[in-house]
Amino acid sequence: MSIDAETVKKVAFLSRLKIEDDKIETTKDEFNKIIKWVEQLNEANTDGVVPLVSVNDCQLQMRKDEVTDGNKAEQVLANAPMKEYGYFGVPKVVE
Amino acid sequence: MTDLTKLTIAEAKKCLKNKDFTASELVSAYAQKMNEGRKYNAYVCETVEKALEQAKISQSKIEKGEGGNLEGIPLGIKDLFCTKGIATTACSDFLKGFVPPYESTVTSKLLSAGASFLGKLNLDEFAMGGSNETSAFGPVVNPYSKDIPLVAGGSSGGSAAAVAAEMCAGATGTDTGGSIRQPSAYCGITGIKPTYGRCSRYGIIAFASSLDQAGPIAKDVRDCAIMLNSMAGYDAKDSTSAKIDVPDFEKFLGEDIRGMKIGIPKEYRVDGLDKEIVAYWDKAAEILKSRGAEIVEVSLPHTKYALATYYIIAPAEASANLARYDGLRFGNRVEGSTLDEMYINSRTAGFGKEVKRRIMVGTYVLSAGYYDAYYVKAQKVRRLIRDDFINAFESCDVILTPTSPVAAFPIGDKSMQENPITMWLNDVFTVSVSLAGLPAMSLPIGLNTSGLPLGMQIIGKAFDERSVFKAAYALEKDVMFKGAK
Amino acid sequence: MTAMILKGKTCDWELICGLEIHCQIISKSKIFSGASTHYGSDVNENVSFVDAGMPGMLPTLNEECVRQAIKTGIGLNAKVNKHSVFSRKNYFYADLPQGYQITQFEYPLIGEGFVKINLEDGSNKSIGIERIHIEQDTGKSIHDISPTKTFLDFNRAGVGLMEIVTKPDFRSSEEVGAFLRKLRTIVRYLGTCDGNMDEGSMRCDASVSVRPVGSSELRPRAEIKNVNSVKFVMQAIEFEAKRQVDIYENGGEIEQQTRLFDQTIGETRFMRSKEFAHDYRYFPDPDLLPLDLEDEFIEKIKNEMVELPDVKQERFVEEMGLTPYDASVLTEDRETAEWFEKAARGHDAKKVANWMMGDFFALLNEKKISLAESPITPDNLGKLVELVTSNVINGKTAKDVFAIMAETGDNPEKIVEERGLKQVTDTGAIEKIIDEIIGSNPDNVTAYKGGKVNLMGWFVGQVMKASQGKANPAMVNKLLKDKLG
Repeated sequence: MSIDAETVKKVAFLSRLKIEDDKIETTKDEFNKIIKWVEQLNEANTDGVVPLVSVNDCQLQMRKDEVTDGNKAEQVLANAPMKEYGYFGVPKVVE
Repeated sequence: MTDLTKLTIAEAKKCLKNKDFTASELVSAYAQKMNEGRKYNAYVCETVEKALEQAKISQSKIEKGEGGNLEGIPLGIKDLFCTKGIATTACSDFLKGFVPPYESTVTSKLLSAGASFLGKLNLDEFAMGGSNETSAFGPVVNPYSKDIPLVAGGSSGGSAAAVAAEMCAGATGTDTGGSIRQPSAYCGITGIKPTYGRCSRYGIIAFASSLDQAGPIAKDVRDCAIMLNSMAGYDAKDSTSAKIDVPDFEKFLGEDIRGMKIGIPKEYRVDGLDKEIVAYWDKAAEILKSRGAEIVEVSLPHTKYALATYYIIAPAEASANLARYDGLRFGNRVEGSTLDEMYINSRTAGFGKEVKRRIMVGTYVLSAGYYDAYYVKAQKVRRLIRDDFINAFESCDVILTPTSPVAAFPIGDKSMQENPITMWLNDVFTVSVSLAGLPAMSLPIGLNTSGLPLGMQIIGKAFDERSVFKAAYALEKDVMFKGAK
Repeated sequence: MTAMILKGKTCDWELICGLEIHCQIISKSKIFSGASTHYGSDVNENVSFVDAGMPGMLPTLNEECVRQAIKTGIGLNAKVNKHSVFSRKNYFYADLPQGYQITQFEYPLIGEGFVKINLEDGSNKSIGIERIHIEQDTGKSIHDISPTKTFLDFNRAGVGLMEIVTKPDFRSSEEVGAFLRKLRTIVRYLGTCDGNMDEGSMRCDASVSVRPVGSSELRPRAEIKNVNSVKFVMQAIEFEAKRQVDIYENGGEIEQQTRLFDQTIGETRFMRSKEFAHDYRYFPDPDLLPLDLEDEFIEKIKNEMVELPDVKQERFVEEMGLTPYDASVLTEDRETAEWFEKAARGHDAKKVANWMMGDFFALLNEKKISLAESPITPDNLGKLVELVTSNVINGKTAKDVFAIMAETGDNPEKIVEERGLKQVTDTGAIEKIIDEIIGSNPDNVTAYKGGKVNLMGWFVGQVMKASQGKANPAMVNKLLKDKLG
């Protein structure tokens, strides 16, 4: 599959990254190179193969329902670039 | 007095116990080396003062005949491990200034074992890279460099260089596709990636969750065993950590390897593989054979797909793992007039080129219409790769391969800068092991004609680090690698 | 049939509607962290580093959330899937700290089921359940503190949710209303969700389309988001169906879209079109292994299930002789049903039901108190009914005793005893009063005997009055008839 400039822009937005207009073409070319390279997987016969989600054969352990965490708003907010009245702040979101 | 920094962890432990010197003196000796070794750019944050405080506590414990497995041992910590109250950056501009209010499970276990931390070590940004050149703090210089600076490997480049240049007794590393083994090989030291699930990932900044695994990088096989003893173990805070007993790895060293079957995968003899590397590979097999092991040929037919599989799965997971870096709760923020603008500005300014590249590749392979063609396909091939190993281990106990197809190369190598795939190809011998979740160790086998170290990789079955340690220890004894820095 | 038919110029239209209901799971701690789920705490007080999406933090699954969802599934007659998988749903938003929501996608915990609803015309309908999956809730954005900023509180982030998805089986807003009320009853019975739509612990999205009656096509639908009361959901659906019919009737087309309901004007308004639909890039969360449940785990939950409202209602009719209507009222919530069962134990259930639905509910209404705050205990109401059925007091006295119980909370037996309210069943004593009344009212006796039989009531009244209401009315009647001929 070949990737066009529109797809590059769409993927950049989904990733919340900006690609300067003059970089779109080179990004596109590089992207196509990579995607073409990974497409060598198409040679591998995977008929009837179950996708491997985890190499770990263990069972998912569940936790008891106990309150063991929280009550550390100060630490949670310690690294926040913007905080006020105990909240995190962002530019106004219009819904 | 001899140079304390030349001692292995095992030796230093003994000396501390014998009161040949104090824990503080040991820290000071390493601090001295850290000063001398600034040119390597291995440390991104030094915490010698803190280490000295810890050493004092250790010393009083040692004097009372108390103390843990690593009491008084000064370590370096890859800057991917969150350390409480100490800046943790993943060597990304995005996280400069981030101070975690929590400690990773692995570092917290090391602290309880009595280790002190000399500082945080350089790495490729978010562990994405194979040469430490993607770090926001600049590349690490391989201590073996002569005229032109060479890479230390990646992503745990700082860890490998710091150990090689004796700027710490041992270091933590993480390995996603070879990030412990490959820099260990480039820097002529020893490192093990344990089985996926052995060490808790809690508090380690995630790159690709189904592959990331912590492990030690140290001067020799025994030191790796000593460190791993204090790093491994089930952790309820990591749902993927294995609820399985951790043996005393040090005990396995010196076990007889007679009758042990060493697998040599024929597919790893890729065309154009460096002749010196092939020669050392044969030599390693010879050594093991001379000690009574049996050499058998094995087949890992899907090896050729490992890199492509890895470069779908790892970026896919990374694209989601790195979504939390949005400038809202921590890290870099560049304002914007809308929420999306703030996200885009913060992330575009905060992430480096390779990280952005992988986030975008990962986003693409997961996006609507491509998911099955790329991601699910890669998961299927991943199973084939794992099954290859399961089959191979039917006829052998460990598998012996070179760690990397090349030795350390110059920083800023043009072909690799221009084509990311060229760089990625250096992971060819390490990624399939990561995809299969197996334990594997890299140890030095000798120097090439340019005087650069080469590494051998010993791969074991899942949770059979014992065989890896046994074989590696036997090999190490006869190799008698002496660095020539 | 309760289908909603919308008359158009060209044809008649019918409504097709399906629901997605998000129910906050009742549990002490969050689904993937140990922070409290308590509602109304200080800002960001119930937030762990996991909930805040800090680097290196990992989710761990709360067993109770799984159990609660399974209970709900069983309550909705649905299949419990022994194997389910957690996935990441990727999108950026301020209230989503990780940059993805941990949810279930391809393999939900609960599969298909159904809910029986009762409609006003007395008919029943079965609404299909497509699936129930469990996931984490988002934080809360606060827009009204600052004119230029939005503030975030992550106390709610990570609270467990069950997303219940129905089949598009609804053909009228009445059915939707009945379903939501029924669902609320069930989750409250089970104690798996508060079911308070106004507080947001139960939130409903409705997807609405219309089609000509008789056709089986599926036209593009509008998804109406987060409407916070049953009444508003019904209003929103009615408005939206009419809006779509108007557009079709005027030659327009409907585009798949998301709409918001504005409760102040009772209309839905455009939010975003399908073209702007997110590309959520779902993939299995590598931080969590697939959830594989043992039969034992599920069996244990089955054994612990409380009796569901439908079953209870049937039992009240079959075994206790209640009318279907009474049974449905008394089983509407678990507290009422349990209160009733306690009160009726060993007594005439039908009479207890009458008392409860009559005087007792009136009392609660009048005092504006809940069942739990009632001064009258179920035991005491049962005793009161028993006093009547065993002829200790008559109905009239019982009303008085009830009033005293409502004031004092006293035991009715004690009240009757202390105040001497036992009814007179001694024939001699009643005859004596009757003789006195007959003797002093010869005119009425004559009139009665002359054919004015409705004077009997007057005589009864006189006797009762003279006995201070304590005479047994049945005996008074019989004796009067005998005496008056």
